[in-house]
Amino acid sequence: MTLTAQKTAAEPDHAQKLLVQLAQAARFVRMHSIASIYHAGSGHPGGAMSSADLFACLYGAEMNVSPRMVSDPNRDRFTLSKGHAAPALYAVGAYYGFCDPKESLKLRKLNSPFQGHPHVLDLPWVETSTGSLGQGISVAIGMAIGLKLQNNPARVYTMLGDGELQEGEVWEAAMSAAHHKLNTLTAVIDYNKLQSDNSNAVIMGLEPLADKWRAFGWDVQEIDGHDIAAILAALRHAGTTAQPSVIIAHTIKGKGVPYMENIPTWHGSVKFTREQAEEALQALGASLADMKDFLDV
Amino acid sequence: MSNTAPALIASNGDSLREAFGKSLSALADEFPQVVVLDADIAGGTGVHHFRKSHPERFIQFGIAEQNMMAAAGGMAAVGLIPVVTTFAVFCLRAIEQARLSLCYARRNAKIVASHPGLDVGPDGGSAQALEDLACFRAIPGMTVISPADATEMALATRAILEFDGPVYMRTGRSASPKLFGDDHKFVIGKGQILRDGNDLTIIACGTEVARALEAADLLKEDGISARVVNMPTIKPIDTDLIARCARETGAIVTAEDHNIHGGLGGAVAEALAASVPAPVEFVGVKDVFGASGEPEELAYAYEIAAPFIAAAARKVLKRKK
Repeated sequence: MTLTAQKTAAEPDHAQKLLVQLAQAARFVRMHSIASIYHAGSGHPGGAMSSADLFACLYGAEMNVSPRMVSDPNRDRFTLSKGHAAPALYAVGAYYGFCDPKESLKLRKLNSPFQGHPHVLDLPWVETSTGSLGQGISVAIGMAIGLKLQNNPARVYTMLGDGELQEGEVWEAAMSAAHHKLNTLTAVIDYNKLQSDNSNAVIMGLEPLADKWRAFGWDVQEIDGHDIAAILAALRHAGTTAQPSVIIAHTIKGKGVPYMENIPTWHGSVKFTREQAEEALQALGASLADMKDFLDV
Repeated sequence: MSNTAPALIASNGDSLREAFGKSLSALADEFPQVVVLDADIAGGTGVHHFRKSHPERFIQFGIAEQNMMAAAGGMAAVGLIPVVTTFAVFCLRAIEQARLSLCYARRNAKIVASHPGLDVGPDGGSAQALEDLACFRAIPGMTVISPADATEMALATRAILEFDGPVYMRTGRSASPKLFGDDHKFVIGKGQILRDGNDLTIIACGTEVARALEAADLLKEDGISARVVNMPTIKPIDTDLIARCARETGAIVTAEDHNIHGGLGGAVAEALAASVPAPVEFVGVKDVFGASGEPEELAYAYEIAAPFIAAAARKVLKRKK
């Protein structure tokens, strides 16, 4: 693999091909995130790994977005409510041509637009600035209400973390989205069960999570967040409901990198050694050429 | 929600909140992108007028200010001009949403806060925001405005809709005296001399402007010539006018219905320190919380009424070189 971006064509009669393409995109998201966090010397790798398949499906198939549509009023909108997954957002942006794959490795550096959390004034295609948990879903709700008022059928997507659901604002938002019947809104929860200091269950339990969203008036789907076909099907169904839709995607923190999987330490801002970065890329199937492309820039 | 619901708290039509609500309604057709966001207190903030005139552009968020504030960022992102309305204390509750989703993202959104300061009256200390000017002034890119009467409020309402960027504007709960005629001008970032004087300058905003004029009358009886400046924009502050007043009168008193720390007084002192240093006395609430009472009673109890502004003027004159 080289650091070049190619849009996958979503042709319905090539469903199998699409799955392969999206898996490839997700693999790129994981490798690019590892590399950018390695170069930055800090960043949150665990959530980038767990959300990679979701990002690939959203940007590679589901959403009506493209680098040419960044100021098109009819484009779909996405807000990264879990703003600390910025490396994965930049990586999927790099893969699909929203930003330069090499430039976006300058994560968290002075004078780089690729800040530790997404900033819309630096990168218009990220749609809004996030990094304070709970706000991205509210902004998405504002977008959905605003687009409806203007008779614009564009859909709005937001991605939340699980620890983020402990913010009260999320439930204010959940209540208001159902009240305003925002059927154009899809929320995806990257449910990897781990947050900064420990598991959700230890820090502040979230279960029964699906029941909570159902009680708040949302259409709820629970899926394996690493099963690309399941993600695509859930996103498609979300577009057909009368209520706002939430997809609870069960994921594995650190997915794809064995030494990282399900270890809370890899949630937080970490510093990779060269050896750790190489081991991670190797586990993700990187060739020696890939390794050089990602790490020797 | 019924469009014929009465105002939450009886107000006589002269209050700044009523003036704001009526102006916003009147301007709504000229500014078709304007939408109004409410957290179940439209009767109190004045936007019950807008709810009645433009129900399709009135968006109810329930008692959930954080979600409302951030959602305004999303509405601005898709081309609307959201006007977020609630009480000033509840704006403080959502200040981090205003910081990130409105200011950091540089959204064209307006926050209009009713019930600021001791002017809130009987609801008591918990409801009297004495920190809002300081807090919102500290956010990069935020414009902060506090008009003094109903005429100025109407002009300011138009001005903030014409202005491209985030704004925090105070209205007021109580009936406010009429200060300005139809020829009054309001420009964001500009203060104006309401009464000329040579011995010192009283710089005031909001409900304290009327009290500053009263104080000037009291001082006149003692033969003291006080200049009175109305400073409706707290940020960006009118440094040129402040420096000119310091140069021409040599002493400054600030007056605001707000904590003496960080609001108008702080902004004026910063401007003076960087231009024409002069002695300053600060009239405001002295770093304590308010309490229940009628606004006029509270103005005396917390020493922001006209005689206290006059006393501050006499004090600053003694420090004048």
